[in-house]
Amino acid sequence: MGGFKNGSHLLRVVVFCAAGVAVFLVARQVAVPKDFGKYGHYRAGALDDARAKPVVFAGQKACGECHTDIVELRKTSKHQKVSCEVCHGPLAKHASGDDTTTPKRPDGRTACLTCHLKNVSKPAAFPQIVLKDHADDGPCSACHQPHNPKIS
Amino acid sequence: MDQSRRDFLLQTGKAIILTGAASIAWDAVVAGAPETAPNYNMADHWWAMIIDIEKCIGCGTCVRSCKAENNVPLDAEHFRTWVERYVVNVDDPEHPQVDSPNGGYDGFPDLGNLSPTMKTFFVPKLCNHCAHSPCVQVCPVGATFVSPDGVVLVDKDRCLGCRYCVQACPYGTRYIDPRTNTVDKCTLCYHRITKGLQPACVETCPTNSRMLGDLKNPNDPIHEYLRTHKVQVLKPQMATGAKAFYNGLDGTVR
Repeated sequence: MGGFKNGSHLLRVVVFCAAGVAVFLVARQVAVPKDFGKYGHYRAGALDDARAKPVVFAGQKACGECHTDIVELRKTSKHQKVSCEVCHGPLAKHASGDDTTTPKRPDGRTACLTCHLKNVSKPAAFPQIVLKDHADDGPCSACHQPHNPKIS
Repeated sequence: MDQSRRDFLLQTGKAIILTGAASIAWDAVVAGAPETAPNYNMADHWWAMIIDIEKCIGCGTCVRSCKAENNVPLDAEHFRTWVERYVVNVDDPEHPQVDSPNGGYDGFPDLGNLSPTMKTFFVPKLCNHCAHSPCVQVCPVGATFVSPDGVVLVDKDRCLGCRYCVQACPYGTRYIDPRTNTVDKCTLCYHRITKGLQPACVETCPTNSRMLGDLKNPNDPIHEYLRTHKVQVLKPQMATGAKAFYNGLDGTVR
């Protein structure tokens, strides 16, 4: 081994290290997902996983596409900006047409009181009622039309 | 000669191993996930949230719709978003009383008449989707990350459930899902916002006290809102780059 004393010993170390690196690279290749590191220190496919979940709430736009009469009714209403699914519940299946059943009608009392029952922690400007001062045990919908609650 | 044959074998072996390793490594370099989402370009968005405390009525609709949308366990310990009620004695602002019965899922019972020195209000909480997120920095396996559009997400396939991130989050927004033993948190309804929908909590907030905003979209109303309101993030001293902006945030809120 021209001019280099104990060259074979060195070579043995080099080969050993190279084999170590090779084992590391192979193990890394097996352990690390293919798309890891595309955008950062994470698996790029995780973004697709997060995106793939089914939608449960259809969204206000989807409701308005069919129920134009209610959109019209709510136009001048104080409830105009209250999304349909606040009271009617999640209806993505209904909106996509998979579910032909009629959505449940919310109770014309508990649905209202969820927001409008007097609570000292609510912003003072928000319309709230003290039940015993406001009405008896009847449903709110007896006087107030929920889509346009103002009594004219 | 013995010596040269041995050298030959060693060198050849080394060459074969290294070439093989290099080719495998190169595969990893050139490989990548196929381009996602045809109509949604992640580089065009940087999502943020606005929460208007002055509008929150503590009805808990956001908590209920979040659990319904995201299949969150229906117990009193696991929430992606929840509502806290603060009761502050203005003579002792250092010690606010905070409660959140069932995370506000069932709303809040009225406290009745408070003494004149007390004030009370609701504070909705959720992941702040920090730009410099402490939870992301501590993950040992790259299972949580800030997406290119500014949403902090969890890769459930890689999460070990080690709970480092649960402890690292200054806002307490992470929990271990008992069904999978992996961490779970608010995704800003990533499956919705990438389809042009609002997050479930924003969609169903009856007083519009929550708003989703895209900081990269110059036409998004969030810019106008941030310009015209005095907003604050939670724990600004932590320098997390939090992107949940609160309007009307009281200094007593932690």
